[in-house]
Amino acid sequence: MAETSFPAANLCQYLEASAQRCSDRVAVVDPDGSSVTYRELNDRADRVAGFLLARGLQPGDRVGLVQPKGLTGVCAIFGILKARGAYVPVDSTAPPARIRSILDDCQVRAVFADPRCAEIAAGVETVVVTGKHAGPASQNLPQGAVAWEKVLENEPSRAELASRHPDDLAYILYTSGSTGIPKGVTLSHTNALSFVEWCSSVFNPDEHDRFSSHAPFHFDLSILDIYLPMKHGSTLYLISEELGKNPRKMAGFIASNRLTVWYSTPSILSLLAEFGNLKGYNFSHLRLVLFAGEVFPVKHLRNITRQWPSPTYFNLYGPTETNVCTYAHIPTPIAHDRTKPYPIGWPCSHCSALVADDDKEPVTAGEEGILYISGPSVFVGYWGRSEESATAFLERDGRRWYNTGDVVKQDPTDGFIYVGRRDRMVKRRGYRIELGDIESALYRHKQIREAAVVAIPDADAGVKILAYVTAPHDARPSMVDLKVFCSEALPAFMSPDAFLFQDSLPRTSTDKVDYQKLQKESTVKAESSKNID
Amino acid sequence: MADQIREEIRQYILTEFLPGEKASNLRDDTPLRTSGIIDSVGLLRLIDFIEGRFNIQVDAYEAGVENFDRIEDIASLIQKKRPAGA
Repeated sequence: MAETSFPAANLCQYLEASAQRCSDRVAVVDPDGSSVTYRELNDRADRVAGFLLARGLQPGDRVGLVQPKGLTGVCAIFGILKARGAYVPVDSTAPPARIRSILDDCQVRAVFADPRCAEIAAGVETVVVTGKHAGPASQNLPQGAVAWEKVLENEPSRAELASRHPDDLAYILYTSGSTGIPKGVTLSHTNALSFVEWCSSVFNPDEHDRFSSHAPFHFDLSILDIYLPMKHGSTLYLISEELGKNPRKMAGFIASNRLTVWYSTPSILSLLAEFGNLKGYNFSHLRLVLFAGEVFPVKHLRNITRQWPSPTYFNLYGPTETNVCTYAHIPTPIAHDRTKPYPIGWPCSHCSALVADDDKEPVTAGEEGILYISGPSVFVGYWGRSEESATAFLERDGRRWYNTGDVVKQDPTDGFIYVGRRDRMVKRRGYRIELGDIESALYRHKQIREAAVVAIPDADAGVKILAYVTAPHDARPSMVDLKVFCSEALPAFMSPDAFLFQDSLPRTSTDKVDYQKLQKESTVKAESSKNID
Repeated sequence: MADQIREEIRQYILTEFLPGEKASNLRDDTPLRTSGIIDSVGLLRLIDFIEGRFNIQVDAYEAGVENFDRIEDIASLIQKKRPAGA
């Protein structure tokens, strides 16, 4: 069994130790430019913990976080952890029904939310309203809700150090589920600590580092963003959702704040390279660029490394269930004629990898198989889904191996090479999407009789999502209608790129939708239209 | 002139974001951003197209919903920003 003891037994200890060691250093900078020192952040988190404990929060209780990214979110996260609660970050821009289904699924006892989401969370035992519009005046708040400013008036408190356990649940991250209901990946302090300790050993941060936080907190990239700088007394710059989608402003932000570490999905780096006007800025402070969450099309990777030639680049791979479990250093410059995607590399030192065939027997190196991961960063299970949790693992040699579902093959020099998936999960802009989740939404449209969604590779976007649909001839919705419908039913990253009307969907001999045929036809069509261009 | 600008934008949006859609379903006042037809990445591509095609520079503060939610608003912005006589 891998070693599971770490210098810290709990994620809060990173903050608490830095608050002792470098109390006056700036810990976090809010998107609005305001900042807190380590001492202030620790004090605010203690007050949040005091408030939650006074409200009767018990170890393991879930607390929702549904608000735009900001300093209050970081204070709330550490406060929740100090009270031995588990935080559940939820996309505040998601459709209300989706937000509510997540809060209901894990039965949150409290929620920190912006005013709009506080309405969605109505009925939860404790609702704390954050954000500029809330204000301290209680008459502006939904009934029974508490203003964030009031929370900070609580006496500082925290769960007894001795009572904290490394196996305590720390957070739940919800991902797309195949049946249309998001599923919660539950992760313990140990899971996160083992990953953060590995990051420390490989990336060697120190208190002079300035980290970016581009990913939203409901995305697993945020674990590195939040905890690695807190451990080392570095400064974390929170990037708002608005800024994070604007490459020109983002480029200026990275340069003017002299950020030293950047971590995002390849999509964002592609946007920066293509639209960021990077030539106009000085990026000499940037020493490390990390990317994860999807395949990086080589032409975009080459583009960013040409414009940012000096940092060291790493490709980090891992599903939410394991966090990063393999990594590859990307040597630069990238040859002008390279088209082959980069490998996902070798297992991180705290993880072990196994490649097995469909009978769960290990394959010889070089053969394709499913990647299984074991180690202290591997998640506990899916919230409230014991059957699905059990089937996610392979028991072998006295260890639990998580089935990533990703097909890989091992190269003797490059490590693991990602080949694809056998199921219907794809990644777009770093988000995991079960294609069945999109179909479930489309079936709720009153004119749609049948829906089959496929994903095809795309050199520019990484992946394109196509929805094949059938509807009565005289009542076919327009594409505009379908786009609008999807924007109301699904998060933006899940909306199909195109809708294709069919008279009927192709079927296999057993009368199932013939996805392989659709997939093949779509890929051929995409290839031929590219050749015409 | 304004008609031509609107048509070019319409054609671009149809090709890039609504492949297969009838031109008549994409009206001058069809919501683009608030409807999800064009997401944040799509907006960057649209701006890139407009800047190249009409030889103008769109500033970050101009890229909001007030100028980019409808074809007619985008066309007005372009007309306002084009150098006189262009």
